[in-house]
Amino acid sequence: MKHLLSTEDLSLTNAVRILDTAEEMSAVGDREVKKLPALRGRTVVNLFFEDSTRTRISFEAAAKRLSADVINFAAKGSSVSKGESLKDTAQTLSAMGADAVVIRHWASGAPHRLAATDWIDAAVVNAGDGTHEHPTQALLDAFTMRRHWTKLSGLPSAGADLKGMRVAIAGDVLHSRVARSNVWLLRTLGAEVTLVAPPTLLPIGVEKWPCKVSYNMDETLEHGVDAVMMLRVQGERMNASFFPSTREYSRRWGFDDTRLRALDSLGLKDTIIMHPGPMNRGLEISAAAADSPRSTVLAQVRNGVSIRMAALYLLLSGDTREPAATLKESK
Amino acid sequence: MAEQKSGNGTNGNGAYLIRGAAILGGDAADLLIRDGVIAARGANLSQTDTDAADGVTIIDADGLIALPGMVDVHTHLREPGREDAETVETGTRAAALGGFTAVHAMANSTPVADTAGVVEQVYSLGRAAGWVDVRPVGAVTVGLAGEQLAELGAMADSRARVRMFSDDGICVHDPVLMRRALEYVKAFDGVVAQHAQEPRLTAGAQMNEGEVSAVLGLTGWPAVAEESIIARDVLLAQHVGSRLHVCHVSTAGSVEIIRWAKGRGINVTAEVTPHHLLLTDELVRSYDPVYKVNPPLRTDADVRALREALADGTIDVVGTDHAPHPSEHKECEWAQAAMGMTGLETALSVVQHAMIETGLMTWADFARATSTAPAAIGRLADQGRPLEEGEPANLILVDPAARWTVDPSAMATMGRNSPFRGMELPGKVRATFFKGHPTVLDGSLNTPYRYPSDAAAAGTAAGTAATI
Repeated sequence: MKHLLSTEDLSLTNAVRILDTAEEMSAVGDREVKKLPALRGRTVVNLFFEDSTRTRISFEAAAKRLSADVINFAAKGSSVSKGESLKDTAQTLSAMGADAVVIRHWASGAPHRLAATDWIDAAVVNAGDGTHEHPTQALLDAFTMRRHWTKLSGLPSAGADLKGMRVAIAGDVLHSRVARSNVWLLRTLGAEVTLVAPPTLLPIGVEKWPCKVSYNMDETLEHGVDAVMMLRVQGERMNASFFPSTREYSRRWGFDDTRLRALDSLGLKDTIIMHPGPMNRGLEISAAAADSPRSTVLAQVRNGVSIRMAALYLLLSGDTREPAATLKESK
Repeated sequence: MAEQKSGNGTNGNGAYLIRGAAILGGDAADLLIRDGVIAARGANLSQTDTDAADGVTIIDADGLIALPGMVDVHTHLREPGREDAETVETGTRAAALGGFTAVHAMANSTPVADTAGVVEQVYSLGRAAGWVDVRPVGAVTVGLAGEQLAELGAMADSRARVRMFSDDGICVHDPVLMRRALEYVKAFDGVVAQHAQEPRLTAGAQMNEGEVSAVLGLTGWPAVAEESIIARDVLLAQHVGSRLHVCHVSTAGSVEIIRWAKGRGINVTAEVTPHHLLLTDELVRSYDPVYKVNPPLRTDADVRALREALADGTIDVVGTDHAPHPSEHKECEWAQAAMGMTGLETALSVVQHAMIETGLMTWADFARATSTAPAAIGRLADQGRPLEEGEPANLILVDPAARWTVDPSAMATMGRNSPFRGMELPGKVRATFFKGHPTVLDGSLNTPYRYPSDAAAAGTAAGTAATI
C-alpha cells in the first residue's frame, strides 16, 4: 500500500490490517505519554485546499503521536493561476522533502492526480476529495462499528470483519464522500448497507452499488438495523430544489425523537446512531438522538486519531507485514 | 494559371502523376494532377501522354488509397486570442498532415468571430498559411452571449462568405433566438450548427452522468441535456423550413431523435467526433483531464449506437472538434481542467480503426462522411468532389496498412492533449494535395499552397485564378 486514496480499491486484508493496527494505536492514546517514536524524522504535510479543522487536527494529532514532523499547508482559495497551483504546490512540497501528503481538496480526484503524476513522490493520503471519497472517515466508522459489533458477540475485535451487520446510511448521498467510502468499505467488510435518502439526493447509477436503496426511513428501521449513520445535510440544498424545505426533510429523512423512541419500541436495543460531524442538530439529527447513549459521535472522533495513526504508520513504515510486532517493540 | 510557379517551393513543377492508387479503396488508377485540377484519370497513364516538358513528378501509390481531401466541419484554431494554444498556421499544418484540405474554424475566438471583420481576419490568416482552405464559422449571437443575433448577413456577404453559424461551446438555448437564427440564415443558404447542451441540466457538469460519475463523485452531464435540445431544434427546423446541423452528437438517444427527424424529411445533418466513436467514460476513472471533453465521453452502448448511425448515414459527418489547450490547462485537477481534445492528426486513423476495420464502413463511405457530406453542409463547391477528370485536385493518398503509435509531442498542433496518446492506430496520410499542390508528401509536411493573388508580384495577370 503506497497511498490511501479510496476504499473502493482497498482490499479486505489491508482494511483489516488498518483496523487492527488502529486498535494498537488506540492503546497509545490511553497512556500518560501519548507518543511513539515510529515516524521520528519523517515529514507529514497536511495540504488542505478546503477548510476542515476537525480532520486536519485529527491528522495532526495522529502524526505527532507518531513523532513525525508536521507541516500544515492551508492552500484554500487558490484563485491565482488555477490548475497550476496543485502541480506547483506538490513540487514545492516534494522539494521540501515531504514523506507523506495528507490532502483535502474540494475537487474529486485531486489525490489521485497527486498519486498518479510525477509531481511528487510522497505517500498520498486522501483526507476527503470533493464528493468522491473520504477513506479515513469510513475506516474510523468501521472501527467504531467493529468495536460495537464484536462487543455484542463477545469475540475479539482483532482480525474481525462486519459480516452480517445491518447499516443504514441516511441523507445526502449524492454529495457525500463519506457515504461513498462507507459503501465500498462496508461491502468489503461484509456488512449489509441500506442507503436512505430522498431520490433527488441519490446519484444516477446508485442502482449498481453494492447496497440496498430505500426512500423510507421508518420502513428501514422496521426491517431492523444495527447502526444508523446520519449524513450532514446542507440547508442550501433546499434552494436547488433537492427537497422542498428543511422541515419536510427532517420529518421524512431526519433522525428525530420519534424515530429514537421507535428503536426502543422495535426492540432494537443495541442499535447505535452515528454521525461524521459536524452535525446540524434539528435538521438531520435531533438533539436527543445526538446526545443519547446510542450515539457514537464522540467515539468516532476519538477513533479517528487511531485510524489516522494506523494509516500513516502503515504507509510510511515501509514493511507492512508485521505492524503489531513493530509497535510492541517501540512501547 | 500561374499559382504553381509561385508556390511550389522545393518541388519545382506543378504536375504530379499518381500511379496506381486505389480510388476510394476500389480499383487502382493513375491520376494526373496539373494546374490545380485532376487533368486525367485512367489506367497506366504514361508520362508521355502528359506533357513531358513539364517534368511531371511521379508518385508511386501502389498500396495507397486515393480519397477526396477531408473536410472538417468543426475545428478550433484558437486564433485570434489564444495563440498560446494554437494558431491558424499550426492548426492548419496539423490539418494537412491529418489529410484535410478544408477546415471550418469555430467562432469562439477572442474576439469572437461575430463580425465580418473577424471572419475576414481568420479567412486571410488561412490563405496566408496556405495549408488548407480555412472556412470561418460565424457566431450566431453577439459574443456567444445568447442574447442578440450577430450580423449573420454581413458575415455571409464578407470575403469569408460564411455559411455555417455556431455558438459552439455554448448552446443557443433560448428557443426564440434559435428559431430566429434558423429562419434568418435561409436568406443566404446558411446553416445553424447547434452545440446541443441544455445549460440548466448541465450546470457544473464534469462528465457523463451514470454509473461512473456516481462512483467518482463528479457532477454529471446527463444525456437528456443533449437530447432535449436536439428534439426541440429539429422541430423548430421543421417549423421554419430551415437547415440545422447538430454538432458532436454523443448519445444513443440523440441518434434516435435524428433518425426520427430525417424520417420525417426534416433538413437536419449531424456530426460525430472520432473520440466519441472510440472512447468511453470508463477512462475518466483515471481522473486524467486529457479525457475531459464537452460533450463528455459516454458509455459503450452510446459508442456502438454512434458507429451504427455513422455507418447508416443517420449521422452525416465526422467532425474532429479539434480543441488544443496549453499543457497547464490539463496538468491540474479534473474540475479545473479545460474541456477538449486534439483530433486533426488522428481523425483518419481513429475512424479507420473504429469504422473500417470493424467492417461497418468502406473507404467510399469514409469519403462521404469526411469529405462529400461535410463539404455539402458548408457549401464548399470545390471540396468533396469526385476524383474525376476536370475536378479540383483536393485529394489525399492514404496507406491503410500503416501502423503507428500516437505521440502527441511529435504532432504539428501545439496542443498535446490527445486522448489517443500511446495507442497504436492504423492508417497514415502519405500525401495531401490542396488545389493541386502537395502540402504533404511522403507523410511529411511539404510546402504550403500560395494563392496567386497573394503572391509577391501583385500585378500578375493570374490574380483571379484561385480566389475561390
